[in-house]
Amino acid sequence: MSKKNIIVVGGGLSGLMATIKICEAGGEVKLFSYCPVKRSHSLCAQGGINACMNTKGQNDTTWEHFDDTVYGGDFLADQTAVKGMCEAAPKLIKMFDRMGVPFTRTAEGVLDLRNFGGQKNKRTVFAGSTTGQQLLYALDEQVRKWEVKGNVKKYEFWEFIRIIKNDNGICRGIVAQNMNSMEIEAFRADAVILATGGPGVIFGRCTASTICNGSAVSAVYQQGAEIGNSEFIQIHPTAIPGSDKNRLMSEACRGEGGRVWTYKDGKPWYFLEEMYPAYGNLVPRDIASRAIYDVCVNQKLGINGENRVYLDLSHIPAEYLERKLGGILEMYSEFVGDDPRKVPMQIYPSVHYSMGGIWVDTKHNTNIPALLASGECDYQYHGANRLGANSLLSAAYSGTISGPEAIRWSESDDIGEELTDEQLAAAKQTCVDEFENIINMNGKENAHELHHELGDLMNRYCTIVRVNKELDLCMDELKKILVRWNDIGVNDKGHWANQEAMFVRQLHNMIIYAMVICKAARMRDESRGAHYKPEFPNRDDEHFLKTTIASYNAETHEPNITYREYDHSLIKPRPRRYDVAKGGK
Amino acid sequence: MSEQKTVHFIIERQDGPDSKPYTEEFLVPYRPALNVVAALMEIQKKPVTKDGKKTTPVVWECNCLEKVCGACMMVINGKARQACATLVDQIPQPIRLAPARTFPVIRDLQIDRSVMFESLKRIRGWIDVDGSWEVNTAPIQNPYTAATAYEIAHCMTCGCCLEACPNVGPQSDFIGPAPTVQAYLFNLNPLGSFNKDKRLNALMEKGGITSCGNSQNCVQVCPKNIKLTTYLAQLNRDVNKQALKNIFNK
Repeated sequence: MSKKNIIVVGGGLSGLMATIKICEAGGEVKLFSYCPVKRSHSLCAQGGINACMNTKGQNDTTWEHFDDTVYGGDFLADQTAVKGMCEAAPKLIKMFDRMGVPFTRTAEGVLDLRNFGGQKNKRTVFAGSTTGQQLLYALDEQVRKWEVKGNVKKYEFWEFIRIIKNDNGICRGIVAQNMNSMEIEAFRADAVILATGGPGVIFGRCTASTICNGSAVSAVYQQGAEIGNSEFIQIHPTAIPGSDKNRLMSEACRGEGGRVWTYKDGKPWYFLEEMYPAYGNLVPRDIASRAIYDVCVNQKLGINGENRVYLDLSHIPAEYLERKLGGILEMYSEFVGDDPRKVPMQIYPSVHYSMGGIWVDTKHNTNIPALLASGECDYQYHGANRLGANSLLSAAYSGTISGPEAIRWSESDDIGEELTDEQLAAAKQTCVDEFENIINMNGKENAHELHHELGDLMNRYCTIVRVNKELDLCMDELKKILVRWNDIGVNDKGHWANQEAMFVRQLHNMIIYAMVICKAARMRDESRGAHYKPEFPNRDDEHFLKTTIASYNAETHEPNITYREYDHSLIKPRPRRYDVAKGGK
Repeated sequence: MSEQKTVHFIIERQDGPDSKPYTEEFLVPYRPALNVVAALMEIQKKPVTKDGKKTTPVVWECNCLEKVCGACMMVINGKARQACATLVDQIPQPIRLAPARTFPVIRDLQIDRSVMFESLKRIRGWIDVDGSWEVNTAPIQNPYTAATAYEIAHCMTCGCCLEACPNVGPQSDFIGPAPTVQAYLFNLNPLGSFNKDKRLNALMEKGGITSCGNSQNCVQVCPKNIKLTTYLAQLNRDVNKQALKNIFNK
């Protein structure tokens, strides 16, 4: 019997974890990535990874982690899935420890834990302030070992373009393009896992890497995959605003004692501590971002009247800061010029993470057979708001599910016939024609300028505060941008490392995805987690305790929005508050 | 309106691996905290040279823009560094950008660093875990040793140290400081140390640590401030000890 052949698209934490699981099960992986997988965006995660290690005498339990995650997500996450993740977390940490991740340790040499937002117990395992980098490297190293053994073939600097289905609608391959030679090729597989990360770049400036454009998700959505809860976009409260990108200042700053304040009546006002006495500076991200927005935009109390407040570490001993937060303080000094050990940092909220993504079941199957999704590109685990340090966990954990599930598909008769040579050739030709059309575009618009406009639009209307008539306006503008896309002029007509032409293709996918985010936000008339509408300030469980499902309408390019029941049977929804301690479970 | 302040860039371009390099000059609107990647992004939006000639956008590699991914390494005013973390205010103008020619050029500022990832295979840059399944709890570690490991583990395979090293290039097989020092990282780990001999033996082969000429350039350019020369010296001692051990164990 031939070896099982799985395609994994994306080499971040989730894609690499899935790859390892597939190799361990005897499968072979073709691993596609925009970049050497060691440069994937998972490495930007700073603060840590949550797991109930219970080594701080707080009687922490996995149930408490589960409850904090569900409560933090405003009860919109599938509870069976979340429970599985929280129970697996301590085992994953032990695995990473064996793989050599240089976690920060206590004086007696065991893994240290820190506080993080929305959790009362110390539960966040960390490697200084570069936890994502260290976790990613550990998996990168293990995958390199499998590469040497011959189980993994990397296609780095290849861009995923689309999936290919067989006659029964089962995903049995992909088309991808070599980003240097521009050659487009079709590949067969027994099953395909997408682990392509978040869509932050749709918002222009955000904390994400330039490769996090959501293009792959949009491509499979246009081929019939459903997107879930796309309206839930996490705005991280503490980022350094920048013109090229907003740089994240980890929640670990607050976890290690950082205080958020601004001047009011000439005196420092620690507004989070005043508004939310039970959690103080460690309220979840949606709450903190809204508070900062309110203080700056509504009360006009930002620093010098600008949209900024202080994140203050200057009261904490420098030696302690160096050990716990070194890397990011250096980054702040480098990009801003001030030393956060001495003066308070200036920060403002920024688009950071998408709770929504491709709809998957608890085994990470999408609605397209033999197409799986895991990591930030899926919608699982975080509901309406993600807790800090749960993203590295969900990325790694989801890979431990999607990998074995892909193997299961490959061993099942349900995958039907493999793709014929004709089907491969036809799929390739479609993509070649599409690419040649792009290269020949001679219109007036510059793709990067158009992208800038898209980002401004999405930032203005689809972030912290959402208003229905503005969302309608946003949708109209998005449709105009989609039309203007046709009038792009491509300066680079070459067939070698043509980044511009590839970007034009990505931009089309980004605009389509933006419409999903906008429409889903428009339709959900309530406030829940990161989705806040002043017109509908309360959570409405009667109507919206449901997953938003977007499916593509090829005629209008707009999504059809429907709602789907999900599993919230384990913890009964209760009001979510952070001014008082979290109530019963 | 007063004249807009601009930043002058002289960029060494190259259409493909075998094409002849040429330079093009660009003026990019100045703004506070402008970095080199942000300036290249402006050129994407308006690919017109200083003389008003329409051209193709400059090609380069970048991802994180936070100096963690290592992608945007290039030679800026003669020095290998990360473009995202290079603020135009901190360096003299005109700003000269060139690809790091220690590596094959793909196009413009984009280079092929796959040799570095290949070297990580050679030094056995991983811990040989039995599997990702549940086994034992990993051994506790001395927190000071772990702190050293953490420092080395910041290496983002950007290639600054290879570009700066006089012994990396066509004249030598030296795999370079970054991959060499990674061997030290894995040898520090309690489980990784089980394969210490294999890593040290790999470093005795052609292109290994004996090719290091101790020029000390690497430590000066490392964007992560890894004490490369310290660890190279330590490795050198370990390799010598291993060589003696090999002789006596024959």
